[in-house]
Amino acid sequence: MTSLTTGLKGRSELGVALLLGAAGVLVFLDANGLVTPYSKSDPVGPKTVPFIVAGMLVVCAVLLAVNVLRGGKGEAEGGEDVDLTHPADWKTVLPLAGAFILNILLIDWAGWVISGTVLFWGSVLALGSRRYVRDGLISVALSLLTFYGFYLGLGIALPAGLLEGIL
Amino acid sequence: MDVWSSLMDGFATALTPMNFLYAVIGVVLGTAVGVLPGLGPAMTVALLLPVTYALEPTSAFIMFAGIYYGGMYGGSTTSILLNTPGESSSVVTAIEGNKMAKAGRAAQALATAAIGSFVAGTIGTALLAVCAPIVVKFAVSLGAPSYFAIMVLALLAVTAVLGSSRLRGFASLGLGLAIGLVGMDSVTGQRRLTFGQPLLADGLDIVVVAVAIFAVGEALWVAAHLRRTPLHAIPVGQPWMGKSDWKRSWKPWLRGTAFGFPFGALPAGGAEIPTFLSYVTEKRLSKHPEEFGKGAIEGVAGPEAANNAAAAGTLTPMLALGLPTNATAAVMLAAFTSYGIQPGPQLFESQGALVWALIASLFIGNLLLLLINLPLAPMWAKLLQLPRPYLYAGILFFATLGAYSVNLQAFDLVILLVLGALGFMMRRFGLPVLPLILGVILGPRIEGQLRKTLQLSAGDPAGLLSEPIAVGIYVIIGIILLWPFAYKLFRRNRPAHKPLVPANSGAADYSD
Repeated sequence: MTSLTTGLKGRSELGVALLLGAAGVLVFLDANGLVTPYSKSDPVGPKTVPFIVAGMLVVCAVLLAVNVLRGGKGEAEGGEDVDLTHPADWKTVLPLAGAFILNILLIDWAGWVISGTVLFWGSVLALGSRRYVRDGLISVALSLLTFYGFYLGLGIALPAGLLEGIL
Repeated sequence: MDVWSSLMDGFATALTPMNFLYAVIGVVLGTAVGVLPGLGPAMTVALLLPVTYALEPTSAFIMFAGIYYGGMYGGSTTSILLNTPGESSSVVTAIEGNKMAKAGRAAQALATAAIGSFVAGTIGTALLAVCAPIVVKFAVSLGAPSYFAIMVLALLAVTAVLGSSRLRGFASLGLGLAIGLVGMDSVTGQRRLTFGQPLLADGLDIVVVAVAIFAVGEALWVAAHLRRTPLHAIPVGQPWMGKSDWKRSWKPWLRGTAFGFPFGALPAGGAEIPTFLSYVTEKRLSKHPEEFGKGAIEGVAGPEAANNAAAAGTLTPMLALGLPTNATAAVMLAAFTSYGIQPGPQLFESQGALVWALIASLFIGNLLLLLINLPLAPMWAKLLQLPRPYLYAGILFFATLGAYSVNLQAFDLVILLVLGALGFMMRRFGLPVLPLILGVILGPRIEGQLRKTLQLSAGDPAGLLSEPIAVGIYVIIGIILLWPFAYKLFRRNRPAHKPLVPANSGAADYSD
């Protein structure tokens, strides 16, 4: 057991192989479930390409697993603002995702102006800004501006939600 | 109509006041997002797609052209002033460019990059105008078997040639093809991978996929590794060049253009290889080889020209064959389809006015870049100081807005988050993003050509080889796929061979 856990440590990339394999199986099962009578005008049918894709995914999954177990490693992507010397900072990412999910839940009910404000304000806070009032004002301004900009400029009516009638 | 008169018509369309305004907006916006870390031209075009649905296609594409070239230029500014290239194509520019900036020659580095980009972009666009109709003439004679082969070649080449790990490239391609399968099968109407979810029946909107992978994935990824002490940008004044700088720059510009355009136009194009080739060539030909590694102007001029010429080259297969080879071209192709325009050789016939207006606006955009950006460089440099929380919160905000406004349904935002998480994971584990996007866009079209081919041959697989071009392309595909194995054999037989690249000139150099 301990040898297994040490063997798996630092091999989180195996999760990628697992995901690829699962995706491959999923594509295969889905295509396999299609019912298609053979037709002369479409000899390839809707199943062939999914089968090829599924096979490709499974092969990649196996090869990737072998590669990782042999010590292969994907190179994390760099960038101007990316500092790879410290580990992933979940205390930033999770609240950020939280703000995003809150927006999804709120957008149809409360409307874009409220949900967009929550999204931007939450994201800025999650990313480490501590000027609560200024950030809040910017969030409201951005949401209002995009709401009216889309409505007047593009003819796209974003949901007004709770503020229906006021906006 | 010959090229010249078509092009003049294109200029007439592109120079109407409204379209000219869109060109200016595109160039300014493109440069701004090119300068800003974390944003690239592909993401910008993707974010703007929903907004431009309200515009006429011609105006939208004129703006996209400006964003495309502006983004290229902006990226070089960042890599010169910050020394952390955002895109792989500006890696080489950073090597010498940042050394020049540190030595107090930022103004000259920016100037040679801007003027070199202009020269290369103009020559590249002219080559595009000349070459694209020739490619079209050749392409209209091709049938489904050849198209199928060409698209397979493009997918495999991008996957196998670019990036550091072919295996991870293919994994990414597989995921992209799977995403492309979602929705109703166009021939039989069968629903694939929809899991009984009616909202998935129309397939995943390519805008949502592109915004998720490029914008949301990037924002989450940067958030996880945000630099807590922002990089110090080197302040810069007005870019200018002295006489000796001109003398040392003009040849590298032309040589860089010669490298860049053909590589950009190839199916496995991209700007990495030509910029690198240009750098190595300039180093070899320079009269001041001792300055390389310490800030040689040739090492900025050549690669930067190659980069822009490659950008123009990429548009040749995109416009003439409907074949994108980089991320921005892929998103632009998605834009064509969403306007109901079929990309491919018929494009020049059916949408000639649009295509030529697009090409003309590339010339205009290039000139605008030079006129706007030389005086504005100090302002762009200030943009680098934008507080990062605002930048990345803004990316998420506009990504959400863009994806939501396509269909006005919250379900798209769920997809956005799921695929954004996928984009995060891909960045974490080094899966390249480009094969996925190309897989999503080209996958359904490849399937269409495959089925058409076998329909014509009544199910006989030999139909795939019924055109000589197709056979030739399969040979090339075979070579690309087998090359690494052949190379391994070769190395095993001759173990004492010299490394292709001198150790001190590689990309490892910009890490200080």
